[in-house]
Amino acid sequence: MSPSGIEQSGVFTAVWWIVAVMSVIAAILVVHLTDILKAALALVGVFLGVAVFFVMLNAELLAAIQVLIYAGAISILIIFAVLLTRDIQQGNPSNKLRVPALLLVGILLAVLVFVVLNSEWGLLREAQLAQETQARVAEVYSNSTPGIARLLLRDFVLPFEMVSVVLFAAVVGALALLRER
Amino acid sequence: MVGLEHFLTLSAIIFVIGLYGVLTKRNVIAVLMGIELMFNAVNVAVVAMSKYVVPQALVNNPAATGEELVNKVLTGQVFAVMVITVAAAEAALALGIVIVIYRMRQTADVSEMSLMKH
Repeated sequence: MSPSGIEQSGVFTAVWWIVAVMSVIAAILVVHLTDILKAALALVGVFLGVAVFFVMLNAELLAAIQVLIYAGAISILIIFAVLLTRDIQQGNPSNKLRVPALLLVGILLAVLVFVVLNSEWGLLREAQLAQETQARVAEVYSNSTPGIARLLLRDFVLPFEMVSVVLFAAVVGALALLRER
Repeated sequence: MVGLEHFLTLSAIIFVIGLYGVLTKRNVIAVLMGIELMFNAVNVAVVAMSKYVVPQALVNNPAATGEELVNKVLTGQVFAVMVITVAAAEAALALGIVIVIYRMRQTADVSEMSLMKH
């Protein structure tokens, strides 16, 4: 269901593999590095890799939001907090649960990959859709921002308003943290 | 050829790496970074499904051309927008709490914070 058939090309696959390997290496560095500031910078690398995946998935608005909010605001918050809670001798060690956690995580990964590879996904390119429906779907993908706006304000208006309430609660909570006793 | 399974497997890998970080790290901020990794993995999975999987509304009417039904293919992206918003609010508040606790106890170690009383 691509407007231009771009994911059939070898360049797309090569770029996907390069960005995927780099994102996974950055994620491993986040949980493995002892210096927590370097771990925070590796986390920024993961955020940017995810933004590239969003562009590859025809979600350009979401890629822009990801860069702005994750690689922009949340990364700065994390680095701020790291610099304010610096524990020079300790660094960022692991606790005693390394081997059981590794086992649990390995089992969970095996289960997830098994489910992903053996599920009957109702793929869009295999569904028997009418010709005009396919054209409309390709049009929606190629210009996703009005589609997301309409979904947010018509079908998903209730979650949209609830997210406003969540943000309001976050602001009130942050002010409560700053209150002088 | 990159298909849905590639994106979902990648999402699963990043998710379990984040889970490992949450379970084993002793610094509170490292635990929060693991949680952010899990959020991002879920976003990738949901947006990949929005791109590759046919929504039920179009399975029920295969010849639909109206806007309300065709727009449903973008449901995954709307979900990801909600997740990003809530994750941003939660990260801001959690980091604020970490800074306040550090000021009071001079430590950012999870194993020292097991009691709420000082």
